[in-house]
Amino acid sequence: MLDISPAEWTAILLSLRVAVVATLMATPFGIALAWLLARKDFWGKSVLDAVVHLPLVLPPVVTGYLLLLTFGRRGLVGGFLADHLGIVFAFRWTGAALACGLMSFPLLVRPMRLSIEAIDRRLEQAAETLGAAPFEVFFTVTLPLALPGVLAGMVLGFAKAIGEFGATITFVSNIPGETQTISSAIYSLIQTPDGDAAAGRLVIVSIVLALGALIAAEWFARRATARLHGN
Amino acid sequence: MLRVDVEKQLGEFSLSASFSSEGRVTGLFGASGAGKTSLINMIAGILRPDRGTIVIDGETVDDTAAGIHVPTWRRRIGYVFQDARLFPHLNVAQNLDYGRRMNRLASDPAQRTRVVELLDIGALLDRRPGKLSGGERQRVALGRALLSKPRLLLLDEPLGALDEARKLEILPYLVRLRDEANIPMVYVSHDVAELRQLATQIVMLRQGRVTSFGGVKVLT
Repeated sequence: MLDISPAEWTAILLSLRVAVVATLMATPFGIALAWLLARKDFWGKSVLDAVVHLPLVLPPVVTGYLLLLTFGRRGLVGGFLADHLGIVFAFRWTGAALACGLMSFPLLVRPMRLSIEAIDRRLEQAAETLGAAPFEVFFTVTLPLALPGVLAGMVLGFAKAIGEFGATITFVSNIPGETQTISSAIYSLIQTPDGDAAAGRLVIVSIVLALGALIAAEWFARRATARLHGN
Repeated sequence: MLRVDVEKQLGEFSLSASFSSEGRVTGLFGASGAGKTSLINMIAGILRPDRGTIVIDGETVDDTAAGIHVPTWRRRIGYVFQDARLFPHLNVAQNLDYGRRMNRLASDPAQRTRVVELLDIGALLDRRPGKLSGGERQRVALGRALLSKPRLLLLDEPLGALDEARKLEILPYLVRLRDEANIPMVYVSHDVAELRQLATQIVMLRQGRVTSFGGVKVLT
């Protein structure tokens, strides 16, 4: 039905790869941060909370530019990583994953935090009386009960990552086969004469992916409620 | 067996209690607000005393002067809460095995069968806690605490959330537990009849102070 060309496939597959890697890398940090924000009171907590949400309200081009300054070849972190570990972000698909992970982070953390906040802490106390050490309580009670929220956060983060445009194109540009995701491919196509049909196909792919992710996130949220009520 | 000598300030309320008990079932009796739950939570290690000592089975688990405070999960106690607190994501069988797994005890099928039969919960093993009645939940909670092989079993008004009919359903199990399980218990209640049936010793609490201590006859 949709006659997708090899070049379009390249962009779609690259977008999927970037979004999957971004989500998987962000998830452990997301869980740790969600737990910290849900459970701990510490100095600077509201500042940390604001910083996490910053990519949501900052112009994406600013985030991308800051990434370029920090993780570019001559950036403070980017230079160190390139010289000592051989990891390069600038103008590579890995940089796209970094940008997407950062941009989707607030959306990824939020459902995780809400699901951890919803857990009855008396259950964790019960686990302790049964001999569970704090890390065992986390892995056998807290995390399993928060799992639907964790998955919902991952799905939302993935959906955001797959559509990210501004920070990505600023940081890693728009190189076909390396950093050209669905979004940047659409951007190029609509500036090209006769690109409308190809752009339209990619638009349909984007809508399907985004809708699918939202439906999946909703389904996980419903599972969360059922799980907390023990049905 | 159990020695408690503690002080704790909780807002306006001050708790100061001292007793020691060798009995099989020590009943903590008093009106609500007398400090029963605070006291049992200190024995469990959930609350930390401001001053004093707690000794369970010869081991000092709290000694503020020596800076000792053994965390709850290392106290090897069992705790049955008024609201059961079964893990909703695990079925009954997994709930029962939780304490054994966390304490890294070898599986003991004979003991498990004994406890399951004692509490009549064999038919519930595959169910989730959400599908159990209040009485069933409390029986599973008892089994779960017992199977972690505690040195001391703490029960905080385990019948408090149940109606009269359910209470009468559970009481015989508690009596059997006392006579057969061979684990010392601390039983919190404000119900004289309940304690008369179960307790072998009574600690009477009033406004954070122990007002009397002795056999069940102190209840009269």
